[in-house]
Amino acid sequence: MARTLTYAEAIIEATETEMVRDSSVMVLGIGVDDFKGIYGTTTGLVEKFGTDRIVDTPISEDAMTGVAIGAALAGLRPIHVHIRMDFLLLAMNQLVNIAAKSRYMYGGAVCVPIVVRTIIGRSWGQGAQHSQGLHSFFMHVPGLKVVAPSTPYDAKGCLIQSIRDDNPAVFVEHRLIHYQKGHVPEADYVVPFGRARVLSEGSDITLVGISHMAVECLRAKRYLDGEGLSAEVIDPVSLSPLDIDTIVASVEKTGKLLVVDTAWTSCGASAEIMSQVTEHLGNAKTECRRMGFAPVTCPATKNLENRFYPDPQKIATAAYRMVHGNSASPDFNDGCGVSTPITTSPETVEFRGPF
Amino acid sequence: MHDKFYRALYRIRRTEEEIAKVYPTDRIKSPIHLSIGQEAVSVGVCAALKPSDIVSGTYRSHAIYLAKGGDMKKMIAELYGKVTGCARGKGGSMHLIDTVAGVMGTSAILGTTIPLAVGYAYALKLAGKDAIVTSFFGDGAVEEGVFHESLNFAALKSVPILFICENNHYAVHSHQLKRQPIRNICERAGAYGMPSEQIDGNDVFKIYERVKRASNEIRHGKRGPRFFECMTYRWMEHVGPNEDFDAGYRSRSEAQPWFEKDPLKTLGASLEPIRRGEIETEVESEIQEAFVFAEDSPFPDDGELYTDVFTEM
Repeated sequence: MARTLTYAEAIIEATETEMVRDSSVMVLGIGVDDFKGIYGTTTGLVEKFGTDRIVDTPISEDAMTGVAIGAALAGLRPIHVHIRMDFLLLAMNQLVNIAAKSRYMYGGAVCVPIVVRTIIGRSWGQGAQHSQGLHSFFMHVPGLKVVAPSTPYDAKGCLIQSIRDDNPAVFVEHRLIHYQKGHVPEADYVVPFGRARVLSEGSDITLVGISHMAVECLRAKRYLDGEGLSAEVIDPVSLSPLDIDTIVASVEKTGKLLVVDTAWTSCGASAEIMSQVTEHLGNAKTECRRMGFAPVTCPATKNLENRFYPDPQKIATAAYRMVHGNSASPDFNDGCGVSTPITTSPETVEFRGPF
Repeated sequence: MHDKFYRALYRIRRTEEEIAKVYPTDRIKSPIHLSIGQEAVSVGVCAALKPSDIVSGTYRSHAIYLAKGGDMKKMIAELYGKVTGCARGKGGSMHLIDTVAGVMGTSAILGTTIPLAVGYAYALKLAGKDAIVTSFFGDGAVEEGVFHESLNFAALKSVPILFICENNHYAVHSHQLKRQPIRNICERAGAYGMPSEQIDGNDVFKIYERVKRASNEIRHGKRGPRFFECMTYRWMEHVGPNEDFDAGYRSRSEAQPWFEKDPLKTLGASLEPIRRGEIETEVESEIQEAFVFAEDSPFPDDGELYTDVFTEM
């Protein structure tokens, strides 16, 4: 039977594997050594590696990002953990002005092997400042790599790859997929940058889901299956560099592309993917659409929050209409056509912390 | 020691004067922030350091780079935008680097290099090395939040670092007292629990002596950080090759006492004239060679636009 771990366990396993293999790897961040262990993604590390290598930091995102970069310039491989992606806004100067640019502006004299682990929050009224998906900010800047794996397998492989890479990498996680289980080999392995994963093959429409939205797209596919529509679901995994070829090949086959992001759409990852597909295919026959957060600040109250996020029903409805025109679509909220009805995504209902 | 300090001060002063002289020809293709008048801080501090020690500076770092032993030819070539520059022409005057000499890359964003220096020092401590890091910054940078965050962490972890605040009184065109309610910066450092002292930034001997002692203490068990506020004065405009006493925000009479305590002048007067002449001749020839090197070097090929975005694995 295949070995199964949660996404959070895959993160720990990757971290521990690399810390044992390479004494230059260290972890720093607010609360990385505490009893909650960043949703269980750092639990037990301080006992194994000590407080010099597992560093609970002052609440100083700006300076601590600089400290991580400075340590990397001196030969360490720091993994800097942020329990909320929103906090990265306090670290933008160091990430954009130093981490991304040092290699280039110093003429190749240095490299900055840091990993910034950053977690998108959601659910239980997380509200305006604990829920943002800001990955496109980092995709915009040359010199940064950005990955957002959605499966435990890719989480382990991408994290090991990010640690071993000599460049700064922003490793995007989503709060709601930390408990997702999946096959994770015990041996170490890397998932290379710039390779998308076709999660499920299909022929009528291409669904590209980023991070947690890859999971939601797989659920939407089940609805669409019930309506006799065959959706291909792709997880880009690596956002920068982006494996546009895999997406383009799929869209060439299906003729329709729906990109679903766990972020706003304007100037976002979904905009970038659609632009690149359009540039590659350059024909009027390809239909492209994107979905993401509503263009508002994330509300805390549940009924509004439900409307804020894409969900499997909304994705299925949009996909159905792209294939059959804007006329009627089945009411997927009734579980229509699905043998095991999915009234909603279980993790968005069940999750009540810990935060 | 007099010879050594005079040579170092003269070398930096004359290099920057040559930069200022060439600047109107547009052969230097980068904004320049001159250290003229402040050289004693870099010279005194770097003389007290070991070659294996690391320094970190700001966009006003010609003096730090040269004092720590950065390659002069590569610096001038960098200002010219030539491929032989210390950053292959891609950095310019504000992004000097010489990893062989222990000069970390400098930055155009105030305060940004302070945590980098702390992180570097943290890594040295973890590796058990006896090298230390010196972080240079100005009186403007202490207004940035990252200055306080960095001092807090450095003190918390006792990292082997020396903080050198070059207080030249001005951030761009604003006097320190227009920006800060309390003059004394080293008191702020002291609040984070590190020994701190204000010293005359034009007294190269005193700076050397204090830094030598502090760096020895850091190296030999009494871990850092230490903080020095060096009081000095910026003679030239914030950016560019000229004076700006006619701009209205400060007066020549305010600067006059600083001109009079120019360490280059006082130290030069104390040297035996023949010895002084020898030093000056040697330095002039080195500077001339550096400018010829820069003039004769090629610009980067077009293909360099796309190199070093990432480290190739």
